[in-house]
Amino acid sequence: MYTHVLEERKNSIKTSDRDAAPIRCETASVSGAVSQRACVYCGARVVLNPITDAFHIVHGPIGCASYTWDIRGSLSSGSELYRNSFSTDLQEKDVVFGGAKKLTSAIDEVMNVYAPKLIFVYATCIAGVIGDDVEAVCREAERKYGSRVIPVKAPGFSGNKSTGYRMACDALMQLLLPHREQAAADGVNILGDYNLAGEMWIIKNYMKEIGVPVISTFTGDASYDRLLGAPSARLNVVQCAGSMIYLAERMEMEFGIPWIKASFFGIEDTTTAIRQIADLTGSPETRRKAEAFTRRESERATALTAPYHKSLAGKKAAIFVGGGFKAISLVRQFREMGMETVLVGTQTGKADEYEVLGKLVSPGTVILDDANPAELEKFMREKGADILVGGVKERPLAYKLGIAFCDHNHERKHALAGYEGVENFAREVNLSVNSPVWHYARG
Amino acid sequence: MLELTPKTITERSALRVNPCKSCQPVGALYAALGVRRCMPHSHGSQGCVSYHRTFLTRHFKEPAIAASSSFTEGASVFGGGANLRAAVKNIFDIYDPDIIAVHTTCLSETIGDDLNAYILDMDIPDDKIVVHANTPSYVGSHITGYAGMLSGFIRYLADRRASPNGKTAVFPGFVNPGDIREIKRILHLLGLPVIVFPDQSGVMDAPMSNTYRMYPEGGTSIDDIRSLGGCGRALALGNFACGQPAGDLEEKCKVAYKCLPLPIGMEATDSFVTEAAGSGGVPQELEDERGRLLDLMLDANPYFYNKTLAIFGDPDTVVGLTAFSLELGMRPRYIITGTPGDAFVRQTEALLDKYDVTDAVVKAAADLFELHQWIKNGPVDLLLGTSYGKQIAKAEDIPLVRAGFPVLDRYGHSYMPIVGYQGAMRLAEMMANALMDRYDRDCADEDMDIVM
Repeated sequence: MYTHVLEERKNSIKTSDRDAAPIRCETASVSGAVSQRACVYCGARVVLNPITDAFHIVHGPIGCASYTWDIRGSLSSGSELYRNSFSTDLQEKDVVFGGAKKLTSAIDEVMNVYAPKLIFVYATCIAGVIGDDVEAVCREAERKYGSRVIPVKAPGFSGNKSTGYRMACDALMQLLLPHREQAAADGVNILGDYNLAGEMWIIKNYMKEIGVPVISTFTGDASYDRLLGAPSARLNVVQCAGSMIYLAERMEMEFGIPWIKASFFGIEDTTTAIRQIADLTGSPETRRKAEAFTRRESERATALTAPYHKSLAGKKAAIFVGGGFKAISLVRQFREMGMETVLVGTQTGKADEYEVLGKLVSPGTVILDDANPAELEKFMREKGADILVGGVKERPLAYKLGIAFCDHNHERKHALAGYEGVENFAREVNLSVNSPVWHYARG
Repeated sequence: MLELTPKTITERSALRVNPCKSCQPVGALYAALGVRRCMPHSHGSQGCVSYHRTFLTRHFKEPAIAASSSFTEGASVFGGGANLRAAVKNIFDIYDPDIIAVHTTCLSETIGDDLNAYILDMDIPDDKIVVHANTPSYVGSHITGYAGMLSGFIRYLADRRASPNGKTAVFPGFVNPGDIREIKRILHLLGLPVIVFPDQSGVMDAPMSNTYRMYPEGGTSIDDIRSLGGCGRALALGNFACGQPAGDLEEKCKVAYKCLPLPIGMEATDSFVTEAAGSGGVPQELEDERGRLLDLMLDANPYFYNKTLAIFGDPDTVVGLTAFSLELGMRPRYIITGTPGDAFVRQTEALLDKYDVTDAVVKAAADLFELHQWIKNGPVDLLLGTSYGKQIAKAEDIPLVRAGFPVLDRYGHSYMPIVGYQGAMRLAEMMANALMDRYDRDCADEDMDIVM
C-alpha cells in the first residue's frame, strides 16, 4: 500500500550491509508522522511509577493521569498504592487563573489522610505554559509536612521519552542526595528493571544464589525506605540502559558508585551479566558460585527450550522495542532459538547502540529508528517476518498482517528476563507463530 | 488490593483519585475514525496521540491510527502553526487520506493556536479536506471531545444547499462498532433510508484479511457528511455525545433533530424504534425480538428483583444501563459518571422517580475512589461499568459486568451490542449469569441446585 517513505525519514532507515552512513536517531519525530513514540511525561511516568508506596500526583488535565493509571504491569511485594491514579484534573478556570493553588490543596488532601513519606508531582504540558511554579509548591509542602514532595519536570513537548527518563532520574537524585553520607555496604543496586511480571524478583534471586546482596532497586518493586539505602552500594547494575544510564552516571559522580550495563534477556546475556557482577563485586567464592550457577541454569534453560527449536528454526523475526540495548539482546536471543532477525528498530535507541546492532545482525536486515506503522508494514512484508516483538500499538498491526506477535513491553504477562524468561519467551513466540489460528487466515 | 481506600469519607476538592473519564482528544480521535479514509490528527505533544492510540487499541484490540503535530519547545513558544502545516503536507504525501480531522489539546489551546486561521492559510490539495475541532483536555471529557469533533465535521462539511434526500440522519452515540452494526440492522429492518454518522463499524472491528489497511472499508463517507444537510430529520442517540452535533446540524442546515436516549433496554429501544419508524410501522421481525427480550426478562426476573447495583461510566451509557436495570426490577444504589454535566443527574433522577427509587446516589464529575468509599459504607450486589471497576470488584468481592468504555481486560466486547432488543438480551444474560454464578459460588451445599 505504501510504496514510498517520507524523504525526511530516509536517513532513519538503513539496511545492515548496504548503508555505511550512521543511522539518524535521537531526533524529534517528523510532524505528521504516525509515530509509535511517546512524550517526556510518559518517559518520566514509566520510570517512577513502580515506586510502590509513593503518591504519584499528575498535575494537569485528566488525560495524562487517566492514560497512565495502573498500566505498567510492575508488580509489588508490598504497597499497592502506586496502582491508584491521583491528579489535579485541571479545569478551564485553573488554566486561566493558575493551577498552583489547586496543586497545594491536592497535596494537603493527600497529607491530611495518608501522610505519606514520598510524593512525586508530575508537571505536564500546561503546568509550565500557564506558569505554575510546581517546584515552589513542592518546596513549601516539604517544609510544611516534613515529607519528601519531589517535582518531576515533564512537559510533554520539552523533548522525547528519553528526556522524560532523565527528568525521572533527576527526581530520584533529589530523593537520594540528602542521604549521601552512608557507610559503604556490601551489595549492588539494580537499575532499569521495572519488575514486569516479577522480573526484578528473578534477578534478585540470582544475586542471592551467588551471594551478592541487593540494596535498592530502580524502580521495580521499590519503596521509599529501600531506595534511601542506594548511595551505600558498591556497584550499580543497569538493565534498561535507555532509562537509567543517566542515573548511573549521576550516582557515580555524586556517590562514587561504579556501574555496568547488564542485560538479562537471553541465555548468553544473562550468563554474561551474572558473571560480570560476580567478578566486580565478589570474592573468589562468589565467582565460583556464579560460574556454577550460570552453567547449571544455562544448561537447564537450553534443555527447556530445545523442544521449541524444531518448530521455530528458520523463522524470521522483526523487533520493534523502546530502547536499543534490549533490541541487541533480542537479536542474540532469537539467534539462540535458531531464528534470524530481519528487521530491528527502536523508539529511542542511541547512536552507539545502532552501531552495535548494525554489526550484530545478518546482512540485509532493515534497521530503523522511530518507525511508523506504514514502515513496519512495508519492511516486515518485504522481509517476510514471521513474528513481531513489540508493544501494545504494534500487536494489532502484526495480527492484521497475518504476522505472529510477542509483547515485550508493559503487557507481557510472563517474565521474559533471566533463564526463566528464556523458556517463557520461547513458549510465547512458539504459541503465536504456530497457533492453529493461522491455518484459517486466507491470503 | 485497594486497602488504600478508607471507609471514612473526607472532603476532596482538588485531588482527583481514580477517574471515571478521560480527556477530550481521545474522544475526538475516536469520532474521526468513524469517517471513511480519515486521518485523525492531534495538534499537541507526541505523547497525547501515543496515549490515545494505545488506549483505543487496548479497548478495541485494533490498530488506531492518528498523526501528531509533535510539539517541541519552540512550537510551544512560537505557536504550532508551522508544525501543523508540515504535518498536513506530510500526512497527505505519505498516508494519502481524503480528509484530516485535527483536534486540539490542552497545550495548543493554552498557547492560543488559532486553528481556523492556520487551516485557512494552508495549502491543501484540491481534492483533499482538513477540518478541526477545539478539544482542550481541561474541559469536559472524552465524551464532549467526541461531540466536539462531530460538530467540527458538520461545521466544515454539512451542506446547507444539499438537495433534500429524504433520509434520516442518525447519530449513534459513543458506542462500540457492534452497537453501530445493531443500530444499522434495526434501521435496515425498518426500511429507513439513513445516513449514520459517524460509523466506526468496519473500521474499529475490521475483519482480519492478511493485509493492513490504514483506512479500512468502513466509516461515513465525506459525501454522506455533506448530504447530512439534505436530510429530512435527525435522530441523536444520547444527549451528551450527540446533542451538540445534532444541534449544530439543525442550526446550519435546518435539519430538525430529536434527541433520544441511547437505545439500551426495553423502553429506550422502544422509543428509538417508534421514532425511527414514524408512520411506517414496525416489522414483525423486530416485534419478535422485543417479545423474546420480554420473555427473557420475565424468566430471569426472580434473580434480578431488588438486587442492588452500582453503575459507572459515560453519561449516555450509564443512563441507558440505569434504565434497563430498573426495568429488570433491580435497585441502582450508586450511579456516577466522570463527565461533568447536570443533565446527567436530571436524566437519571427522572428515571429513578419513575420507579420510586429514592435512596440512590447520583453524581456527575465523580470518580471511582468515592464510588468505592460509598460501596464500603453500603455494599451492592453487582457492579456494572468499565474495566476500571475491576479493582473495586476485587477489593469488595462484588461481581462486575463490563459494559461501556473502556473495557481493557476482555475480548470480543466491541463486536457485540448492548443496544437494541438483542443488545438488551445480551446484557440481561451477562448480568443474570454474574449474579447466579455468585449465588452458586456462595450458597451452602444443600442449596446448590442444578435447576435455577
